[in-house]
Amino acid sequence: MASLWRYLLAGLGLAALLVGILAVVYLTAPQSAQTVGPDVSRTRNSDNGLFVASFSPERGVVRQGELESWLLTLKTKAGAPVEGAAIAISGGMPQHDHGLPTSPQATDYLGDGRYRIEGVKFTMSGLWQLHFAISASAGSDTVLFNVVL
Amino acid sequence: MKRLFCFLALTVAVILVGCGKPDFSDAEKKTIASLALNTLPSLQPDTTNRFADVPAAAALGSTLFFDLGMSRDGTVSCSTCHKIDRQFQDDLPQAVGVGRTNRRTMALAGVARDPWFFWDGRRDSLWAQAVTPLENPLEQAGNRAAYAHYIKTRFGERYERIFGPLPDFAGLPLNASPLGTDAEKAAWNAMSDTQRDAINRVFANIGKAIAAFERSIEPAQTRFDRFALDLATGAEPKDDAVFTREEILGLKLFIGKANCVICHNGPRLTDNSFHNTGAPPVADLPLDRGRIDAVAQVEADPFNCFGAYRDGDASACGELRFMVKDAPQLMRAYKTPSLRGAATRPPYMHAGQFSSLDEVVAHYAKAAPSVEGTSEIHPLELSDRERAALVAFLKTLSE
Repeated sequence: MASLWRYLLAGLGLAALLVGILAVVYLTAPQSAQTVGPDVSRTRNSDNGLFVASFSPERGVVRQGELESWLLTLKTKAGAPVEGAAIAISGGMPQHDHGLPTSPQATDYLGDGRYRIEGVKFTMSGLWQLHFAISASAGSDTVLFNVVL
Repeated sequence: MKRLFCFLALTVAVILVGCGKPDFSDAEKKTIASLALNTLPSLQPDTTNRFADVPAAAALGSTLFFDLGMSRDGTVSCSTCHKIDRQFQDDLPQAVGVGRTNRRTMALAGVARDPWFFWDGRRDSLWAQAVTPLENPLEQAGNRAAYAHYIKTRFGERYERIFGPLPDFAGLPLNASPLGTDAEKAAWNAMSDTQRDAINRVFANIGKAIAAFERSIEPAQTRFDRFALDLATGAEPKDDAVFTREEILGLKLFIGKANCVICHNGPRLTDNSFHNTGAPPVADLPLDRGRIDAVAQVEADPFNCFGAYRDGDASACGELRFMVKDAPQLMRAYKTPSLRGAATRPPYMHAGQFSSLDEVVAHYAKAAPSVEGTSEIHPLELSDRERAALVAFLKTLSE
C-alpha cells in the first residue's frame, strides 16, 4: 500500500513540474495578440491634430443590441471646449464589411465641448469603428474610435 | 508491478473521463451563457401602446387573432398563417391568405421584443404590424372602414370598455381605405378628415389589442438552455441536458469557426438587424429587394411611431428616428430570424427557399454571391461531420 502512495506522490510531483514549465512558457511568451489589437482608447487626437476627442457611453456601460446615447467631447489642443461643431457620423464593422445598423446623430450640445450622440447601437460582438467628421470654427478634421464588444 | 499497472489504469481513466466532458474556453463559456434563455430580460413596457398590458385588451386581441370574420370574405384570420400549434407559423414556403404572398410566415415567439416587423422591417411596432395583413389583398384583404363597422357590430361593447366610445358611424361608408380598390380609395378620399381619423383610430386600436395578446407569446426553455445553465453554474448536466459529442462540436462551430453567432446572438439568437446573406430569389415571385424598399414604407406608414396614433411620447421612436435609410448594405437585406424552434419549422429563409437545415448550412458554407447587393457571408470549409454537427446543435434549440 505504501508504495502506491509513493507512485501517487511521484505522479503528483511530475504533474506539478509540468504545470510549472507550462506556466513559465505562458508567462514569458510574447503577448502579440494584445499588442497588435485595435486602439480602443476613449480619448484620441483627431487625424490632423486639430481636436482632442473623447467618446464614451452616457450611462457608463455599453449594452449590446440597445439604442444608446454616447457623449463626444471636443477640445482644442490647448484644452478649450469646441463649440458649435457640425458632426457627421459613419462607421461599421470592418471585419464583416457592413456599416452601422443605425444612423447615430449629434442631437444636443451640453456645454463644455460635450455633444450628445444618440442612436448608437452595437448589434454584435467584435470590432466596431465609429468615424466622426467634425467641422468647427477651428477647422475640419476627422477622428476614428474603435469599440470592441 | 500490479500496483504500477493499477496506477496507470487509474490515470488513463481520469484522462478519458476528462475528455468526455465538454471542454470550453472561458470566452466560449461566456458566449454560451449569453445565448441562454435565462439571460432574456423581462419584457419592457410598450409606451406607444397604452393598452399593451391591459388584460381586457389582450383578451379582445386574442379573439380577433383567431376570428375569421377579420377578413374580406370571412375565410382568413391571423391564425390562418400564424398557427397556434405550429409556433404561430404555417410550414409553407410562402404564406397563403386570400392569395399567395411572396414571404414566409414568421414564427411569433418573443415577437414583442422585436424593434422591426416583417422580414424587411416595414413596420416599427407590433400594433402597426398587426393591422397591415388586414388590408393586404393577398392576406386578409379587408379595408379599415369595414373592420371598424365589424368591430362595432360584433365587439362594440367589449371595444368601448377598453378603448372608450366608438365614433359616430352615421354617414361612414361601409368600405373605404387609402390602400384598397379604386372604389375604396374614392370612398376614403370622400370622407372628412375627422371621419378618416375616427376610422384610423379604431383600426389602430385593433392593432393594439392584437399586439397586447401577442406579447404573451414567448420562447420556451429548450435542451440547449438546460445545458447552458448547467455549464454556467458548474452543475452536472442530467437527463436531456447532457449534450452528445456531436452537439458539443456543433455548438463550438456555431459560436466559433462557422460564425453563426455573429448575427444569431443573444438569448433569442438574433441581432434584430438586417443582412444580405445571399439568399437566392424565387423564380415566379415579384422582385424582392428586402430592407432597402421597406425604409420608405415604414416612413410613409401613418401608424408608425411618429404618427398620430402612437401613445406616450416620441422618446420611444429611437429606432425609426435613427434608422439607416440609404446604405448599400440594405439591398436584399432581411431580418435575422430567431433560431429558437427553427429546426422543427422548415422551410427556411424569407421566401422558404431551403427545405432543410442541411441546405441552409450548405448555403452559408458556400456563400454564393447575392443577385443584387453584396452578401456579408464568406465561404467556409466545413466537413460533412461539421455540417451534421451544426444541424445537431440547432435541434437542441427546438427540444
